[in-house]
Amino acid sequence: MLSSKTFIEKLHGHGFDFFTGVPCSLLSGLISSLEESSGYLPSVREDAAVGLCAGAFMAGKQPVLLMQNSGLGYSLNAFTSLNLIYGLPVLVIMSWRGCGGNDAPEHIIMGAVNEKLLATAGMDHDVLTRDNVDALLVQAVDQIKNKKLPYTLLVKKGLFDERH
Amino acid sequence: MKGIEVFQELAPLLADEAVVLANGFISRECFQVLDRPGNFYMIGSMGLASSIGLGVALAQPERRTLIFDGDGNVLMAMGTLAMIAACAPKNLIHIVIDNEVYESTGSQRTISNVVPLESVALSCGYRQALRVTQRDALKSAYESLCQAEGPGFLLVKVEPGFDPATGRVTHTPEEIRDRFMNSLKV
Repeated sequence: MLSSKTFIEKLHGHGFDFFTGVPCSLLSGLISSLEESSGYLPSVREDAAVGLCAGAFMAGKQPVLLMQNSGLGYSLNAFTSLNLIYGLPVLVIMSWRGCGGNDAPEHIIMGAVNEKLLATAGMDHDVLTRDNVDALLVQAVDQIKNKKLPYTLLVKKGLFDERH
Repeated sequence: MKGIEVFQELAPLLADEAVVLANGFISRECFQVLDRPGNFYMIGSMGLASSIGLGVALAQPERRTLIFDGDGNVLMAMGTLAMIAACAPKNLIHIVIDNEVYESTGSQRTISNVVPLESVALSCGYRQALRVTQRDALKSAYESLCQAEGPGFLLVKVEPGFDPATGRVTHTPEEIRDRFMNSLKV
């Protein structure tokens, strides 16, 4: 397990300073810790969170967007017709419900296709683990500073502490 | 009043504000009247002008941010009105040019003829919300919102009537981004 507090400290260390999203139980510990330590703005929909991060980025922030993979459906047009054409980066922390086909029915289809959807849209992503966190955050900063594109870290159940 | 008249009236009042413009005719009409680096022309992502503007306003609280939105955009992202009200940036003014149709796709009707969007904004918690129907009332309404604490909401009722000779935004999306960020000193 990766402690939420440690991960947030690493995010701060890499300059991330704007946090928003729509919750998922897999990210509940992370969001609670952000509320306590950094400020976290609840968004009402994932596409609105994409817009919020895009505006914050252009005005000087380094944003992080937390969402469940179900939100990828809501936000795909925002990514493709905003971030990907203007070159507006954001670090997306996306929980992977339905991973391996073992979850509630509403998560099975998106869980089976979220990686393919991201790849088809040309959005780079990796699966976050306790062992690769430092390397992937370096990669995230590279994507943001140099490629100016969104970068998604997929989070499987059990990686972060949960609080619900 | 036609939509372009909103820009003809308000553009001369602009200084260093960040201005976020919704997709479709709103961006094109503003581009025609006054193209400036501080204009962010949103060419896709319908519904998101409001959330983009909120992000700008929160990140630069000392700079006034204006959102020029349309009724179709606001109806698509009504939840963002709640987010703006909850975050309550004092420096944000949300101007909605309401022609009651999706004009750029063939003037199919929206439902803003029966949904008073300024009442929705006020109920969500915008500090001020005004409705203007006449061109000669526009400047004073805008100036009163500038003097009051935000977030403010200005609903401008207009007639459809986009001039098809109006050009398209000629900057590339990346140019729009870079000009906008430079104007915000990022």
